Amino acid sequence: MRQTTPSPITSRWLFQGIVYATATLMSLAPSSLLAETPAEKGLAIATEADRRDMGYGDMTANMTMTLKNRHGETSVRYMRIKMLEMENDGDKSMSIFDRPRDVKGTAMLTFSHATKPDDQWMYLPALKRVKRISSRNKSGPFMGSEFAFEDLGSQEIGKYTYTWINNEACGDLECFVIERKPTYKYSGYTRQMVWMDTAEYRPLKIDYYDRKNSLLKTQTFTEYHQFIGKYWRAHTMDIVNHQTGKSTNLVWSKVKFQTGLKERDFTRNSLKRAR
Amino acid sequence: MHASLRGPLLFCLIVIATISPQPAFSSDLKLSFDRTLKTASTTDQAVFDDSLPTPPPSLMMSESLGHFPTLNGLSTGEPGMDEEESDIRSEWSGHVSGELRWFPEDGLQGQDENLYPAFSLQAEYLREWNDGYDQFTFTPFMRVDYHDSRRTHADIRELSWVHVEENYELRMGVRKVFWGVTESQHLVDIINQSDLVESTDGEEKLGQPMFNIAFDKEWGMLDLFVLPFNRLRTYPGKDARFRTTYWVDDKQAIFESELEEWQPGVAVRWMQSFGDWDVGLSHFSGMSRDPRFIVGTRHGSETVLIPYYERIDQTGLDIQATLESWLLKLEAISRSGQGSRRYAAATAGFEYTLVGIFESDADLGFIAEYLYDDRREGAPTPFQNDLMLGMRLAMNDEQSTEALFGVITDLDHNATLMNLEGSRRLGDSWKLSLEGRALIDISDKDPLTIWRRDQMVQLELTRYF
Repeated sequence: MRQTTPSPITSRWLFQGIVYATATLMSLAPSSLLAETPAEKGLAIATEADRRDMGYGDMTANMTMTLKNRHGETSVRYMRIKMLEMENDGDKSMSIFDRPRDVKGTAMLTFSHATKPDDQWMYLPALKRVKRISSRNKSGPFMGSEFAFEDLGSQEIGKYTYTWINNEACGDLECFVIERKPTYKYSGYTRQMVWMDTAEYRPLKIDYYDRKNSLLKTQTFTEYHQFIGKYWRAHTMDIVNHQTGKSTNLVWSKVKFQTGLKERDFTRNSLKRAR
Repeated sequence: MHASLRGPLLFCLIVIATISPQPAFSSDLKLSFDRTLKTASTTDQAVFDDSLPTPPPSLMMSESLGHFPTLNGLSTGEPGMDEEESDIRSEWSGHVSGELRWFPEDGLQGQDENLYPAFSLQAEYLREWNDGYDQFTFTPFMRVDYHDSRRTHADIRELSWVHVEENYELRMGVRKVFWGVTESQHLVDIINQSDLVESTDGEEKLGQPMFNIAFDKEWGMLDLFVLPFNRLRTYPGKDARFRTTYWVDDKQAIFESELEEWQPGVAVRWMQSFGDWDVGLSHFSGMSRDPRFIVGTRHGSETVLIPYYERIDQTGLDIQATLESWLLKLEAISRSGQGSRRYAAATAGFEYTLVGIFESDADLGFIAEYLYDDRREGAPTPFQNDLMLGMRLAMNDEQSTEALFGVITDLDHNATLMNLEGSRRLGDSWKLSLEGRALIDISDKDPLTIWRRDQMVQLELTRYF
């Protein structure tokens, strides 16, 4: 996309003239392929990744999270997730907890938004109480794991600003390396480095830098599978905390797309009978 | 079994009789088979498990874990049937608890025991069909208390059928419903009777028989209730702590209505969100949940308190604003039917949460609520002009360690009630809970004076299954 070497058959002067003329013309247009800044390119990549995921409709999946501490001791969390794509707004999602058993039946409903804070409700089965909760606490750990709420939430474009750094090889693939900074003021991170493959725009690795800008966690995405010939989902995510030595392994199973979920499956009434 | 179960049981039989029979199993299989075919033809890999070389363990208890390889040392062989593509979900869960209450002092009413062991069991059966749009739940509960015969009781917490249609939701049977937003007391919450022997804070509830239709529209959520039968509040026995000077003889309960507990009640609740503000408006008309007392006698000699259940009308308002770190809360009620005049009561306050204190994962919340009742000194509640200050700590650790500390002070005469609750998960299926309660500076005027020697520490160990 960036013009790096002039065409060998064009004279140097002619080439420069064309570049100048094109640039002048293009400066009238809103964006330019030729004079793209790293920020524009970063945003363009994020936008393309988002576009490729559009139209998924709805999705259901089961999730197994295995928490491992420094001494190698593990504990397991099971939950079920339902997601609904919304037009002109962030996704709606429902998480239902199955284990540990003392939180079985607890459920969380989230309406994510790109620009304003998400709306979030929690259902406490023992009290039969639906509590509206603040979505302010996104930096906190999700169920005691190394994943923060913000790592697992809906990744709307507006939640970050982007800078393309370079392209480099990642395994057998080539990756965009993008630095993204959370626009959310209460985020637990100063920045994240994302490796995304250039062929399918799938995130393969994310480095998280804490508020002091030191490397906190590394998340890797493996076992990508494609659904309905279009949507890629990683079925395994591993996250390692470099500062504490703890790690979390997250495995998705029973992933299904376009199951026919509707908005009425994402209401406070449906939260009460989620289980 | 407790005598008060007779009514709900009768009601449950009626409800079961009216529940339409579940779809036959064969048609369900066909349904899910059709769905599988449909997804298979429209997607490449709609069902992921079939294409994975080493499938991960599935999540649900009721699904088969046995034939999958283990992951990170996860134990396998979890019992359950293979319901992978079945439309029917059916499962049991529950918990058993051992509880020990320690009272350092002898009670004011002559209770000379200091250790009160007890045991409880709650099971839950859930059956879902029709894509979860039909749901049957049965939740029996049982408590055995070593000293308090009245606390030894059983209840059906839930025995209900929920049916979801495109435009409404129908809920029938014995259920529990919670209304409100505040933490220190729950004024607006009125559908269920408190199971007071379980917990003096009134947060444990008896199952309430009901017909409930719910709508969820642009203009808000609307719930209509018919309550054909009313539960009577449970009261501690003679040898129990947290009892009144003259103990409450609930077997002699009297009613304003000649239909007694069968006086039908109705209720309506509307709820709507306006951005960050959630507003609920409710009205209840029926038998009071908190009776007044009449002094009477038992066996002709012993003085006892007899609960008197009146017909009341209560209008309630609850508001919560969810503003980043702040939650602002209000609950207010206006009630008529008890005594000669209408009265009003309210709870208002806030909760402010500090996230990630001291660079840890822990959250610390500060709660302040003002409790008011316009009957003031004549109010049967101790919370007529009181201030509650509290702190909530959530460690957000692997064991979900939590603590809630609260102090309620009477602004008229400084009586103070302190409460501490903490809990921590042990392993995957156990939980240890600690509760402490103390009363300080209780004057003779305060209704809590009868409990001034019932300082308590309670330890509870629960096993979930």
